[in-house]
Amino acid sequence: MRNDTLSRIGTAVGLILILVWCLLPVAWIISLSFKSQEAVTNGSPGFFPSSGGGAGWQNYVDVVKDDQFRQAIFNSIGICLIATLLSVVIATLTAYAVARLEFKGKKFVLTTALVIAMFPVVSLVGPLFDMWRTLGIYDTWIGLIIPYMSFTLPLAIWTLSAFFREIPWEMEQAAQVDGATAWQAFRRVIVPLAAPGVFTAAILTFFFAWNDFVFGISLTSTERARPIPAALSFFVGDDPFNRPASLLAAGAVVATVPIVLLVLFFQRKIVAGLTAGAVKG
Amino acid sequence: MAAIEMKNIVKKYGDGYPAVNDVSIDVADGEFVILVGPSGCGKSTLLRMIVGLEDITSGDMLIDGERVNDLAPRDRNLSMVFQNYALYPHLTVYENIAFPLRLAKLDSKEIDEKVREASRTLDLDEHLDRKPANLSGGQRQRVAMGRAIVRDAKAFLFDEPLSNLDAKLRGQMRTEISRLQKRLGITTVYVTHDQTEAMTLGDRVAVMKKGVLQQLASPRELYEQPANLFVAGFIGSPPMNFLPATVEGDQITLPFGTFPLPADKAERTAGKGLLMAGIRPEHFEDAAVQADVDEARTFDAHIDVREWLGDQQYAYVPYDAEPEVQDQLRELAREADSDSLRTQLVVSLDSASQVREDDEAKLSIDTDKIHIFDPSTGENLTVGL
Repeated sequence: MRNDTLSRIGTAVGLILILVWCLLPVAWIISLSFKSQEAVTNGSPGFFPSSGGGAGWQNYVDVVKDDQFRQAIFNSIGICLIATLLSVVIATLTAYAVARLEFKGKKFVLTTALVIAMFPVVSLVGPLFDMWRTLGIYDTWIGLIIPYMSFTLPLAIWTLSAFFREIPWEMEQAAQVDGATAWQAFRRVIVPLAAPGVFTAAILTFFFAWNDFVFGISLTSTERARPIPAALSFFVGDDPFNRPASLLAAGAVVATVPIVLLVLFFQRKIVAGLTAGAVKG
Repeated sequence: MAAIEMKNIVKKYGDGYPAVNDVSIDVADGEFVILVGPSGCGKSTLLRMIVGLEDITSGDMLIDGERVNDLAPRDRNLSMVFQNYALYPHLTVYENIAFPLRLAKLDSKEIDEKVREASRTLDLDEHLDRKPANLSGGQRQRVAMGRAIVRDAKAFLFDEPLSNLDAKLRGQMRTEISRLQKRLGITTVYVTHDQTEAMTLGDRVAVMKKGVLQQLASPRELYEQPANLFVAGFIGSPPMNFLPATVEGDQITLPFGTFPLPADKAERTAGKGLLMAGIRPEHFEDAAVQADVDEARTFDAHIDVREWLGDQQYAYVPYDAEPEVQDQLRELAREADSDSLRTQLVVSLDSASQVREDDEAKLSIDTDKIHIFDPSTGENLTVGL
């Protein structure tokens, strides 16, 4: 009994420690975003804005009113969604082939995918910059979508093929006996069953694309395609030596919101054990 | 509805091992045929070749007179119940049953009618909105059957459908399948390793071993006229007793003594050296409970273990056999997926019998019902007698 209470208290303390450790920076950014620019410049060490130093929602209003920022948000959402969609579709088909079919070069595909994932992103920026300029896709959406896709595909393929392997062969055979073509069996039985895997892959891909800074800043030059992380770094205001810290903080919070919403939304979808009951288990 | 003809079907895998070797079976329209055999005998492979999930190496598969070797499963219009049911977990029971109809692009009114009819037949009405994960084993089994009967397939194929159910449910579902098949009158091929299912369900039973068809006959014929040692040992529970035997004149010598043998049996087997006699447990009896006992057909036995079941009882009588006979018996048991640790006789006695364990008893033997096999080929020398 005593041990029980003790271990419960221990768990709680541990959880709180981890939460504080993880969320303190986030909390601080939020606190900063509500302080006025003057208060930050003059030094406002408290967590809550000192009296008269609060800015209310003004920073957010300023951020959202900023054309550059709005364009960056739009770029980021568009680029990330397209990259995610393409990556997931391609990965689903590839992973299915890897999991189900015997073909020459299967090992090669898997190994290559892994090698790509291990490649340091930075080392590719130079060549890509040159290639993209030659091809005329420098500073365009497609110029960012392609690298995002290729860097997230390996992970998506590996995740999804693991999911496909879990689905019993009989599901598909039953569908075929029931009169389905291979494509119908795939679309109506296999994909719905692999849905948790598809969502997982989608989220991972979206995260990677959303959080990328290196490609975002090197492969763009104007707000035509510049994504949020890169845009934030250009958010310097009038005086380059005196950065608008509270505005930046508000921008960072706005940039985080879509990711949080996405996770909350998809969390319900990522339900393991969807296949329970398909076959005797 | 259709007849299924298999002509010299061979299935060889990549390593050249024939999983199914030269099997020819004709399944008549509306017939219920069982494929039975120990694990690895190729029965499931054969079934999967009928439905088209497995390629046929050589031979012809005809459904309704049409060669279907190269047709995809969906073009053969057969329905199949899988061993693990293979229900679609993301669909409700209703949608599971409706799945083949939706693929066939029927309009929703027709689909609804057919699904409701199938669900009524299988007593699934109250479960239509549930997901397979929330159903019991027997209910899942019925959903799988619902999916099979809902469309007008040419034949039903069952791949060990009851092996995942507990014993009681298995008995119920067995009767259910039998009733359903008779009512729908649809051609059915049913794979099982359980000889009770084979005997009770089938119009005809095909016994297979190592990819080769051993015997194709009615359950009664299999039991009373097994073609060879394997069939004799596989069909029947407890299994047939195999004893080393020699026949001289019209006398058969077994490890327990020498007994008179009917003339027709003696004629075919006399003077052939060491043979293998097969006697079913029920062809022994406790002489003490029989009215008129032929003294020549009795022997004294030491009862080792007795199992009283109420309506009958089994007694075990150990005996010594020469090593080569023991080896052959062990081989036989291994082929039939069972294990015999010692050479012993299993006899089925009347429940009134008062034999006691670890005691002597006088048993009678019905030599009219004896089967005599050639030990080298396994062939039944007394078939038809």
